[in-house]
Parts: sequence; structure tokens; C-alpha cells
Amino acid sequence: MAHLHEGRPRYHFKPWNVGRWVLWGLFALALFVSPLIWKTGFALTMLSQMGIAVIACLAYNILLGQGGMLSFGHAVYTGLGSFLAIHTLNMVADGRLALPVSLIPVVGALGGLFFAAILGYVTTKKAGTTFAMITLGIGELVWSMSLMIPEFFGGEGGIAANRVAGRPFLGITFGPQIQVYYLIAVYCFACTALMFALTRTPLGRMLNAVRDNPERVEFVGYNTQRVRYIAFMISGLFSGVAGGLAALNFELVTAEVVGANRSGAYLFFVFLGGAGFFFGPIIGAVLMVVALVLLSELTQAWLLYLGLIFVFMVMYAPGGISSLIMMNLRVAAFGKLRPLLGSYLALAGTAATILVGAGAMIEMVYHLQLNEALGPELRFMGATLNARGFDSWFGAGFVLVVGVAMFELTRRHFAHQWGQTQEEIEREIKRREAAI
Amino acid sequence: MDQLLINVLNGISAGLLLFMLSSGLTLIFSMMGVLNFAHASFYMVGAYFAYTLSRLVGFWPALFVAPLAVGVLGALFERTALRRVHKFGHVPELLITFGLSFIILELVKLVWGLSSMPFAPPDLLQGAAFTVMQSDAHGLGLAWGAAPAERCASTAAAVMHCSTFPATRFFMMVVALVMLAALWLLLTRTRIGLVIQAALTHPEMVEALGHNVPRVFMLVFGSGCGLAGLAGVIGGVTFVTEPSMATIVGSIIFVVVVVGGMGSLAGAFVASLLIGLLQTLPLTVDKSLVHLAENLGWTVAPGDLGYPLMKITLAQAAPILPYLLLVLILIFRPKGLLGTREN
Repeated sequence: MAHLHEGRPRYHFKPWNVGRWVLWGLFALALFVSPLIWKTGFALTMLSQMGIAVIACLAYNILLGQGGMLSFGHAVYTGLGSFLAIHTLNMVADGRLALPVSLIPVVGALGGLFFAAILGYVTTKKAGTTFAMITLGIGELVWSMSLMIPEFFGGEGGIAANRVAGRPFLGITFGPQIQVYYLIAVYCFACTALMFALTRTPLGRMLNAVRDNPERVEFVGYNTQRVRYIAFMISGLFSGVAGGLAALNFELVTAEVVGANRSGAYLFFVFLGGAGFFFGPIIGAVLMVVALVLLSELTQAWLLYLGLIFVFMVMYAPGGISSLIMMNLRVAAFGKLRPLLGSYLALAGTAATILVGAGAMIEMVYHLQLNEALGPELRFMGATLNARGFDSWFGAGFVLVVGVAMFELTRRHFAHQWGQTQEEIEREIKRREAAI
Repeated sequence: MDQLLINVLNGISAGLLLFMLSSGLTLIFSMMGVLNFAHASFYMVGAYFAYTLSRLVGFWPALFVAPLAVGVLGALFERTALRRVHKFGHVPELLITFGLSFIILELVKLVWGLSSMPFAPPDLLQGAAFTVMQSDAHGLGLAWGAAPAERCASTAAAVMHCSTFPATRFFMMVVALVMLAALWLLLTRTRIGLVIQAALTHPEMVEALGHNVPRVFMLVFGSGCGLAGLAGVIGGVTFVTEPSMATIVGSIIFVVVVVGGMGSLAGAFVASLLIGLLQTLPLTVDKSLVHLAENLGWTVAPGDLGYPLMKITLAQAAPILPYLLLVLILIFRPKGLLGTREN
């Protein structure tokens, strides 16, 4: 992102990159302060899961965003890391191994690295679509194995452990959730910093080159397969950290953690957050926990909503949420964001109208299909709908049609306005270049 | 012997069903470079459509109408969504089909519910297609339909064994072979087939010659989905029509495509049969490495290193064999059995 600010050394006092220090400081502060703001036990579990998801999604993005490798089996590495971590935790609890509990995630990391080294050797032989299919196959292989070897994977019940093991250090037993949260926060910050540092190393740059133009990389004399393999192992390492932390956090690991659904979720939310920017997966991870925990509580149709959001995102904003943010930051940097705000409000309002109309209809169908026994009435956003009545259907349909029509009108207006703003910015850039 | 023959036939019919699916997938992939992640979902939709239609108009019309409807759905999806993301590259194309597979699964659950459908085959396909009879005295014999009881009864002269082959599976083989022949004729003997073949290898050149390649894409995508729908009708009537039927075949057909060689129809055929047999035959072998070791004179006891792995019987390991084959193929022949492309 540094190239956006070239020629404008604002906030850049050499040798310190102040903007970056501020951002990382804010990130650390957010990790530190969040549990002090949201104090309930439920919020704390969610925050812990978010910390873990951030590491996992960033690790996934080493493959998807930085290496252009679309993996459908990423849960294998987080999941196997989890299993190794929980077995180690049990050994610590039995007194067979003297290891501080705070280092269990490192065991997970080594596990992730180990399996990425073995399985990645086969997987990274190919790039592109074939890579995607092989990761899918490997994922299925590990998933089927997990059902066959209950000694390691614990069968249906999974493997349980108690994280209060070994001698406490400075009174930290990891019994209370808050202590686990801060352990997760420390790991999360360290891993995020390390993964960001990776993008600045020659290896990170080479990985981008392998993504963009593998043929040319071969000409320069690098082995693309080896670059992919190393990146895959690094990704496995960090995934293992996430897996180890998850084992500590939940104290239970079931075969589900290596399943295709988990892998799909990583892909889904990293893409939604935006694979093109380093911070995209962080947004994706937060969304993932919110969606999997809150949305699934709120509505039975949440997978359908997620699928629809995903498809529309791929079609209209393939760069994810982070690309939308960066586009608007660019507009804001040129001081042209204010006139667009009205349109944004209108777009949000009409989109919400569509959501209400469509949501009401989807919920009514779901209600008819799944909760038939409870009678035709259901509650939707404070109103009582009758899934068998004409009025409810007509009302929902009317809201939907009005919403779609209004949205289309505002969208056309906005598209025009957006195009104009971009043209003005291009002109401005040309003018500045000419002035230099 | 008779049971083994039936098992092999079961394996071949499973393989042919896989080929019906993977042929469409391969066609779409080699034409458009799109790995259709929702292919198995179209298979499922085919089964559900056929179930609903068969209750309205009967099974035989449904056999034709359901694949057509699925094909139209596929073409519609290509026209409205896939074509739009084509300019973003292959990854978004793959992702949009991935998202579609979620949506289809949810919609199917929404419309038809979570339980399996009572999709029964029509009278003609009920029961056995033929019976394999083995007798000590006369060797193997074959009879159409279920063999009469007296012919299967053991007599003093000879011990008889009878094994039947279900009519639905036989029908599956017939449809797959007819489809294979039709596809081959279409691709080699018709004008549109030649255009498709040319576009497989030289899409730019075909476009330069004035063919409407986007429309050919739409056609290929639609017919690929239609083939999946046809497979779905037959798969649904033979196995179970339920929301999980897409995930069951979903990952296997990708294995088929990689093992056969990306973009090779002949490779897909060979790999389908291979994997169909690989999934079916080991199911009857209830032996593990522990038995092998005992036969070799070693004793392996519980608690030895690797015992949990060694005690897994071949029947238990059957689900992972296709994936192991995938890994082996990638190590020893990365371009697949009959593939020509390195990537």
C-alpha cells in the first residue's frame, strides 16, 4: 500500500514510518482493551475465537492472497495442529511431559509445519486449478482418515483435555477465560506481525511474483514449485498456532476441525474480507466468528444468506470488503468523499429494504418447511407474519419490489457519480505529475 | 465367482455413473477453464427435479425433462453470473460456482426438506435385471430377470449359488453407454462438435474464425450441467435422493478428473471406471495388514507401534483409496493417466 503515498511524505518521518507504528499500536491497543469494554462471558468467548480466527485467516491468505493458491483443505493444518496440541496437553496433564501450557500453541505450530511439509510436497507440485482440486482431495483424505483412526482423532466424541495443567507461572493457571484470551491476544499480535514481516522479505516478494507471473520467475532462475512449497509450510506453521490456541480455548477437539466445512469457511471469509490486502483476512476473521456464532443463532437460513452474499460479492466486488475500504480511502484522500455520502446512505437504505422483503419471504418458507408443527405464525423483526396468509406474502413481496426498484435507481445515480469522481481523481493525479 | 462377477459389475456401473458426472465437468473445464464446483449440486437438482416430475408425469418423461431443466438452469447461471466474472480470472470463476453450491444445497433443503425422498424406480426397473447362477456341475449360467427358485435350489447333484444384479444398476450402465456414444458422435460427427473440439485447444483461433465462442461456452456449460442432471435422475433412483447426495459424489469427481488428466475425456472415462471399481471391490474384503502379517508368520499384538493403522481392514479403508490413488498419481504421473497438459 506504500506506493499509494509515493511523492507525498506525509506522516513519514525517516527513519520511522509513523503511520505504520500508529496502526500497529492501535491494533495492540484494540487487542488489549476489547475484553475490558465487552465484559460478558459470551463476548469474551467470541473475542477469543476472533483472535484465533485472525491467525488462521491470515495464514490462509499467505496462500490465497499472496501466493495465488486457492486451497480447499486449509482446515487440515489448523485441525491437525489442534490434535497434536491437545494430545500434548494431555501428556502435560499426566505429568509425562514438562512443558508450560503457554507453549502448547508452539507444539500446534510444529504439527502444522510437519503436516504441511509432508502433504504440501504433493500439493504444491501444481498451481492454479489443479492445486485447488488436490487440496480438496487431501482434505477429504484426512477427513476420511479421521473417522478410521479413533485412537488419534477420538472418534465421534473427540479428544478432551483440561488446560489447567502443570505448575502455574506467576499465578497464571489458564483456568479463567480472560487469561486464555490474553494468551491468544499475545500470539495473535506476534503472528500478525511476523506474517506482515514475511510480506516484506524477498521470499514474500518472490511469492507475489510466483502468483502474478510464474513463467517469468522461472526465467529469472527461481524454482516456482519450491517457493510455493516454502510458503505452504509457513502457512501451515501459522495455521498450527491457530489450531493449538483453539485446542486450549475449547479444551475439546473433534474430527470436525479437519472437515471440508471448516476449510470452506476459511476460504469464504478470507475472500469476503479481501485477499488482496494484508488486513483483509482480519476483517474476514471477525466476520467469520460473528456469522458462525451470532447469525446462526438468529436465523435458520444463515447458510443461504451467506451463499447469496458470497456470490454477489464475487460478482460485484471481487476484491472483498478491504478493497471497498481502500477505494473509498483513495477518494477520501482526494477530499471527494463527502458528496458520495448521501448516495451511500440511499444505497444502504434501499438495500436494507430489499433485505427486509426478501428476508421475510425466506424466513416464511423456512418456517413452513421446518417448523410446521409450531403453526403458521412467526416473528420477524418485531412483526408477526402468517406464513399461510396472503397478506404477509403480499406485504413482503411489495417491500421487496419497491426495494429493488429504488435500489436500481440509486445504483444508477451512484454509478454515474462514482465514475465522475474517479475521472476527477485521475485528472488531479495527472495535474500533480505535471506540476512536479 | 458369481458374487465377484456381480461386484465387478457393481463397480463398473458406479464408475459409469461417475463418468456421466465427470464427462460434463471435463468438458466444461477444458472449454472454459472453469472448474465447476457446483457440478455435483446440479446432479442433486436433477434427482430432485426428476422425483417431483415423476409424480406428476411419470418416470420416463421425467428422465428426459429433468436433465433438460437442469441444463437450462446451468445455461442461465452461465449467462447471468459466470460470464460476468469471467473478466476477473479463473479464481473468481471457481469461487462463484463454490458459492452456488452452497445456495443450491440450501434451496434444495428449503424446497424439499431435510429427509430423503421416496424416489422409487418404475415397475420396469424394479427387481433384478439378470441372475448369475453358479453350479458345481455346470459352471456359470445367466438368466434374465430373477431366476426361478427351483433353478437356484441346490440339488443332490450340484450346489447352486445365485446372485442377482439390480435392474436400476443395469439401466445405469445402459444410459451411461448410450450417453457416451451420443457424446462421441456429437463431438466427432457434428459441426458444433467440431467447433467445441477446436475451442478445446485453440479458443482464440475459433473466435477469430467468427464463431460465437461465448454462446458455445453457454451451450457447453448448459449441456454439462444437463449431463450431471441425467446422472442425478439415475443416481437418485438407484441410491437415495437426499440433501447430502451432492457432497458424497462431489469430491470424488474431482479426483476422477485429476487422475484421468485435466481436460481429457478418455482419461475421465478410464479414471471413472478405475475409481468406481476401487470404491466397490474392497468393500467385500474384510482383511487388514494384521491378517497379512499373520499369514507371513509375524505376530502383531494390540499395543504395538502402528497397530491402530494396521488393524484397519480394506473394507474400512475403501473410502480413502481414491484419494490415495490421487496422491500416488500426482507423485508418479503428475499430468494424470491420459492427460497431455502439464497445467
